[in-house]
Amino acid sequence: MRDQRADGYDDLLDALESDAGYYLSCPAGHGSLPPRQVCPTCGDDELSTEPLPDTGTVVTFTEVAVPAPAFAGQTPVVVIADFGPVRLTGRLLDDPDALEVGSEVVPTVASSPDGSRHVGARLASKR
Amino acid sequence: MQAVRIAGAGSTAFGASPERTGRDLFGEAARIAIDDSGVPRAAIDRLCYGNFVGTVTERQGHQAPLMAKAAGVTAPATRYESACASGGVALKSAVEAVRSGAADVVLVGGMERMHNVTTERATEGLAMAADHLYESRAGVTFPGAYALMARAYFEEFGGTRADLAAVAVKNHRNALGNDKAQFQTEISTSDVLEAPTVADPLGLYDACPITDGASACVLVSEAYAEENNLDAPIAVTGAGQGTDSLALQQRDSLTRTPATTTAATAAYDEAEIAPSDIDLLEVHDCFTIAEVLALEGLGVYDRGAAIDAARSGETTRDGDLPVNLSGGLKAKGHPVGATGVSQVVELTKLLRGDHVNSAAVPDASLAVAHNAGGTVASATVHVLEVRS
Repeated sequence: MRDQRADGYDDLLDALESDAGYYLSCPAGHGSLPPRQVCPTCGDDELSTEPLPDTGTVVTFTEVAVPAPAFAGQTPVVVIADFGPVRLTGRLLDDPDALEVGSEVVPTVASSPDGSRHVGARLASKR
Repeated sequence: MQAVRIAGAGSTAFGASPERTGRDLFGEAARIAIDDSGVPRAAIDRLCYGNFVGTVTERQGHQAPLMAKAAGVTAPATRYESACASGGVALKSAVEAVRSGAADVVLVGGMERMHNVTTERATEGLAMAADHLYESRAGVTFPGAYALMARAYFEEFGGTRADLAAVAVKNHRNALGNDKAQFQTEISTSDVLEAPTVADPLGLYDACPITDGASACVLVSEAYAEENNLDAPIAVTGAGQGTDSLALQQRDSLTRTPATTTAATAAYDEAEIAPSDIDLLEVHDCFTIAEVLALEGLGVYDRGAAIDAARSGETTRDGDLPVNLSGGLKAKGHPVGATGVSQVVELTKLLRGDHVNSAAVPDASLAVAHNAGGTVASATVHVLEVRS
């Protein structure tokens, strides 16, 4: 597959790389992640860009012992963290020993061995 | 609206048959179902066919015409794809076709072939059920997604891996004697707990296997069954479907499966039943935690209450509400695109009295089938009832 940018998604990753993460919000306050033409919850097409909170709280996580081919030979740790209006799924880039439900994480950008970018997370306590 | 009857039902053996092509597998399931129905092939008005990863594993798109000819059918044919719920959505469309009067006879089925590629390739194919950008790229596999839900469940409601292990032990026990099942062997709680971790907290025996196989049913209108003196005592009295956000992160709760509840509500309303009327269920237990979430989503257990249903014996063969008497996806196997139809094949036989486990439910008259896609971003529920 060509290494083609995905509008909205890669824009968010660029912003996370610059510590300027954001999410989309509709007038009713439903949060979502780009790209979006309308709010996925209520369909409103008035979407504003709002700053993502600096840290999120881990609500669940797993260490994947049998990974997808892109992570062959690794055991990626994936967290879902609550940032208030939105949640983000990200790959933990720190040692998971201190990870627990309730841990605070900072969103960032990660790359898999095949070079594709995705949302990453670092433990706030290790910053 | 025409009432819908199941005139015939059948499956191939489920398991590892890498040398058998998809067209061969589906041809066999269709042949068994059509023979079971007594309906002439020329009477079939359409084929509704479910398949998920055939474009990956067999490099075969446009499968519906291929499968129609494999079944010896000349009727219009369409492939349905909703990940692991592909069979369920094909079935719902088949039911709607008969109800609407657009068809009197529909062949519905599904097939998946996965052992002809490496486990890694099959795993990659199955992971396509998740949000590619926001989940798969970050390392979420199919087991990984259910592991995220399992940990969230333990956090919110409690429960242990041993509770989940009881689901696996139960479903393996149910598959004993089911000659179509992939695993016809008992396993113990310690087997489950000591199995290699796939994605913590889930281990290898919390997961259903990779399966090759096919299933099919012949649906007919009640009028057609009467006019042609068919022996078709099982009616489909309710059909529902629900849709949720593809990515877990977009959902309000990681421990609820609202697509299941939406599908169940619609199906129960059509059938004019309540959860308390259900005698037995086949639910989508792709992972042990999935059976727990299904039973709560279907309204047969309150939230947080289904975690010990298997361990306490309530959902075992001899319990008040037997669940997955076929062995479920866990032991019968999970040929993805066939599963939603396979569940109805098993329930049809259980209710008719010609299933190896029919003796466990001699007075059963109402059964529910629950099929889910991905992390239940898609779900279907069908209600089956015994009629004269």
